Amino acid sequence: MSETPTPKTATLKLRGKTYTVPAGLRIREAMQRLGLTPESYLPVRDGELVPDDERLKAGDVIRLVAVISGG
Amino acid sequence: MRKCKKCGAPAVMYMRQHRLGLCKAHYLEWFVAQTERSIRRYRMFTRDEKVLVAVSGGKDSLAVWDVLWRLGYQADGLYIALGIDGGIGYSAESQRLSQAFAAERGLTLHIVDIPGEYGLGVPELARRSRRGKGKPCAVCGLVKRHEMNRIAHDMGYDVLVTGHNLDDEVAVLFGNVLQWQMGYIVRQGPVLPAEPGFARKAKPLVRFYERETAAYALLRGIEYIYDECPFAQGAKSIYYKELLNRLEAERPGAKLQFYVNFLKAKEEGWFRDPRRDDAPVQVVLHRCESCGQPTTAPGKCAFCRLMDQVGAAPASA
Repeated sequence: MSETPTPKTATLKLRGKTYTVPAGLRIREAMQRLGLTPESYLPVRDGELVPDDERLKAGDVIRLVAVISGG
Repeated sequence: MRKCKKCGAPAVMYMRQHRLGLCKAHYLEWFVAQTERSIRRYRMFTRDEKVLVAVSGGKDSLAVWDVLWRLGYQADGLYIALGIDGGIGYSAESQRLSQAFAAERGLTLHIVDIPGEYGLGVPELARRSRRGKGKPCAVCGLVKRHEMNRIAHDMGYDVLVTGHNLDDEVAVLFGNVLQWQMGYIVRQGPVLPAEPGFARKAKPLVRFYERETAAYALLRGIEYIYDECPFAQGAKSIYYKELLNRLEAERPGAKLQFYVNFLKAKEEGWFRDPRRDDAPVQVVLHRCESCGQPTTAPGKCAFCRLMDQVGAAPASA
């Protein structure tokens, strides 16, 4: 009997786009790999804010809230 | 997992420049206490004074109004409907959120409707005046400053509060330093004192990073307009903020130090009028011959010249 493989990745979502990143990275490291500046976003997991130095667990889905406004 | 420095519960925010992690309850408490501290530190206003908060429906202005309300200040709101649609009903949605915020807390919100008051919205004012190279941002700023000051003055408010955060201030300072705009640099600060015809202006969130004001709004459950103004795309201020955030990512505290040390240098008198040894650089202000508001040049102010140029006039005139 085969088991469903555990995903080794996490998902970051930003403005309708989805990015797959390796689990185990810190959130800010994952953002930097995607070319995003961590200071410009807030990570939200299951509706709760999380510090961006937290490590991503496999299967995590993180919504990134852009914080920069102006004009 | 990072823990709250105060209670050891899981942290929701970590502020690298302060080396401070806090849980939700202690973050909200810290944010309110720090705002009160800034109000006192920079002698912005007291609980006896009437405060008018300029509200846009965005995170910063709603956050500052929420905090002032919690701290017991006499703070009413002012929403300026600019007539910006951008295919997303931007102004209408901002107004709806501002009204809902005020209604939930039983607060007074004044509304100035620019198209209703002057016959034209900001995008049309900009188009007709051909100012801003196809972008209405300069006209928007001019209209907002004029109307905020008019309402504050006419309705007897002691101080006009805006939701400017540290990132806003640092982006402006950075832009002005790049151009060495001394007239603007010497006037920048957490408080602009009242002058004849000008209400005092204060920025209680001036020590918070933008991500901290956003975190406050999210944690407090404040519904704010998340969409950017349709005209803000490509704005220089956003470019500077992004640039400064890249610096901050490598050098935590860089933005805070840039701003705080600027204020310190100003206080120590490093910004002086080269023509006079004993006074800071001053901008001479005149009275607009049309509306009476202060202006840097004799004659009409920039707002009244704009209205003349496009043939707009107040509905009540």
